[in-house]
Amino acid sequence: MAIAPPPPTEYSPRDRVRPDSTRAPLAVIVITTVLVAVVDAFGVFLVLAFARTDQNAGAVIAALILVAINVTYFRKGGLPAKYLLPGLVFLLVFQLFVIIYTVYASFTNYGSGHNIDKSAAVTQILTNSVDRVPGSAAYPVAVLSKGGTLYLLATAPDGTAKIGSAGKSLETVTDATFDNGKAASVPGYTTLTLPQLLAQQQTVTALSVPVSADLNEGLLKTADARNAYVYRSRLVYSEQDGTMTDSKTGVVYADNGKGNFANGKGKVLEPGWKAGVGLSNYATAFGASGDTQILGVIAWTFMFALLSVFLSFALGTFLAVTFNEPKMRGRQIYRVIMILPYAFPVFLSGLIWSGLLNTQFGYVNQVLLGGAQIPWLTDPLLARLSVVLVSVWFGFPYFFLVSTGALQAIPEDIQQAARVDGATAWQLFRRIKLPLLLVSTSPLLIAAFAFSFNDFNTIFMLTGGGPTDPTSRINAGGTDILITVVYKLAFVGGSKDYGLASAFAVIIFFIVSTISIVLFRRTKSLEEVY
Amino acid sequence: MATYPIARTVPVEPAAQATTARRRRGFGRWFMATGWRHVVGIVTSAIAVFPLLYVVSTSFATSGTLTGSNQLFRSFTLDNYVKLVSDPGRPFVRWWFNTMFVSLFTAVASVFLCTLAAYAFSRLRFSGRRIGLGTLVITQMFPQFLGVVAIFLLLVSIGNAVPSLGLDTLPGLVLVYLGGALGVNTYLMYGYFNTIPRELDEAAKIDGAGHARIFFTIILRLVGPILVVIGMLVYIGVAGDFVIASVVLSDPRSQTAAVGLFGMISLFRNDNWGTFCAGAVLTALPVMILFLYTQKYIVTGLFAGSGK
Repeated sequence: MAIAPPPPTEYSPRDRVRPDSTRAPLAVIVITTVLVAVVDAFGVFLVLAFARTDQNAGAVIAALILVAINVTYFRKGGLPAKYLLPGLVFLLVFQLFVIIYTVYASFTNYGSGHNIDKSAAVTQILTNSVDRVPGSAAYPVAVLSKGGTLYLLATAPDGTAKIGSAGKSLETVTDATFDNGKAASVPGYTTLTLPQLLAQQQTVTALSVPVSADLNEGLLKTADARNAYVYRSRLVYSEQDGTMTDSKTGVVYADNGKGNFANGKGKVLEPGWKAGVGLSNYATAFGASGDTQILGVIAWTFMFALLSVFLSFALGTFLAVTFNEPKMRGRQIYRVIMILPYAFPVFLSGLIWSGLLNTQFGYVNQVLLGGAQIPWLTDPLLARLSVVLVSVWFGFPYFFLVSTGALQAIPEDIQQAARVDGATAWQLFRRIKLPLLLVSTSPLLIAAFAFSFNDFNTIFMLTGGGPTDPTSRINAGGTDILITVVYKLAFVGGSKDYGLASAFAVIIFFIVSTISIVLFRRTKSLEEVY
Repeated sequence: MATYPIARTVPVEPAAQATTARRRRGFGRWFMATGWRHVVGIVTSAIAVFPLLYVVSTSFATSGTLTGSNQLFRSFTLDNYVKLVSDPGRPFVRWWFNTMFVSLFTAVASVFLCTLAAYAFSRLRFSGRRIGLGTLVITQMFPQFLGVVAIFLLLVSIGNAVPSLGLDTLPGLVLVYLGGALGVNTYLMYGYFNTIPRELDEAAKIDGAGHARIFFTIILRLVGPILVVIGMLVYIGVAGDFVIASVVLSDPRSQTAAVGLFGMISLFRNDNWGTFCAGAVLTALPVMILFLYTQKYIVTGLFAGSGK
């Protein structure tokens, strides 16, 4: 990268005027160097930070990006890359990588109960299934803290002081201070007082300190922060066979290939671990387990997107035609008022409409309909009608603007020719204006369709996807579209299923890209016709 | 446009000769020609503006509940606004400034990244240029929030390494938004760059100006309007984002107005209604001002293929 390229032997006219990097002004060189140096410092910090936290993939990616930046800016030539790289870095990490990661996650069981790796899961299972060893000696303990981590300071039966935490097995300490034969404090650690202990009661009782590095030796746990006992897991993990055996009943739990230990009868040990599950998320998504509701969600997503785009376009165009009358006064005022819904943030107007349409207290029922109790948002059918109407309320100003522009761009002579031939206003619109309008707006209609297909805000703010359907396994309600299902699966409620949510995201990705490609092709042929 | 020579069917009559009957027929004709348009305009305007008037009215109403908000503009008080800014559990002022910070920062940085890329696409010739442009158009079909699960997991991982860029941080959120900086906006800007005569930079090149000088001193000065418009579009988009912000920000102190206001009424819709409406007014105000200011540019921008 430090070697300069040989001087070009041929000069095309463009090369001759191309800025030669050897003649780059000093200021440019200085600024570039300083900027890259700053980025380098930050990048090295990032690489180290990833490495320190054992995230090797992150460290490698950060290092690669760093190398790419340095190569790009310190090499001669490659001018386009110098301009494109800054945006490209963000695009690669937060868009492309995100897509790849989504696809990857869709083939795993990542989610609640499956968000750690296998060795961590083994440790947790062993820790969770402990019983007190019968007749074992009591260890007087004190609870210490250091850097936010809690430690148990135990006095062993032989009188020595040992300290350990959840992740670190007991170690002997020599500089402990004793109080009545019980180790009470260690320099560098804070001994918790009674009020502090009470405040952290749950964390303290949940604390289990491994007696030694081998988990099968047992754990020290305390129920009262005074005495601790050795607890030993009922389960014995055999690394060789990869199985868990219950030492009391003799039941063997084996890796079931889905990120859990399970016995022959389907009983699983929690927690599980992240594991590849092949196509099983997609199978679930398409109703393999007898839940065919997802097909309904897909159909409704299409219906919602089509209806809201079509109605918004129809209304917007009607208004554009209506106001495309030079003799009409006050057009500018109507225009400004009518684009207000479009200017108001969608998440806010969605929430406001949900208040307006509230069954008991909402303005629509209470005032406009004189106290009616119409369940606008809670009846499955009416809720669907409501979300479509509200999305038209958001969407028509956009098409009003677009169609106004498109109508004014239609050449006057075509319209005159039609009038001379005796065309009525309707014929003029139907045969001349509408086809031309469709040609110029069809790319926007496709984009609007893609937007409506993923119109999260309208649905989520208005109904939250409801009315809820208790029979749904994927927690999809009456107005849920695919993207709200993704969000709900991953982030709403207690059980989070990142794997299944990602599978749905991939499905959306495929549907939208297929439709866009097909439609764009067709609009091209449409343009050729006219 | 207003002066095409086709004769209109409305006869021109001297006003003095008009009888009552004629005046009525005149009104009929006027109604058939333009009057009905006003009816359509008034009805649509009412529907369009009503929810917005309702919010403003509720935000100033004495009763802060959904039930009590149905009488428009009957009372006037600033109680809701006072309540809004004085509850330490829901730090609205902080939310508002968080939104401002995230949106402004993202807008400025996006415009910068976009401009660099648009310059390369418009003025430099390189292999992969056409494919690159095509990719930018296609990315608009896929909103960034489709990968919201992966974004969440990615930020968990980044936050483990560098806590100040992870979940619950505004810089982390800005980073995510910048991932979408090169998209349809670059395409819009590319189109605008192409309208600037290439002869200008050719002349500068011959005079010995380097690419950096051409970019910063010639092109940037001429593309000012589109930079402003795109900055505003990004601002409006970011200020209105709920999905990604809600996933990234869970601590009330770090939330944006979108996430905070949603949390405020998702549980107690009826009780907090007035306060929410006050928050909605304050949150929407900067966005609407920007929007109305940019809308004439947006119409042209829309034609280059932008969605909301």
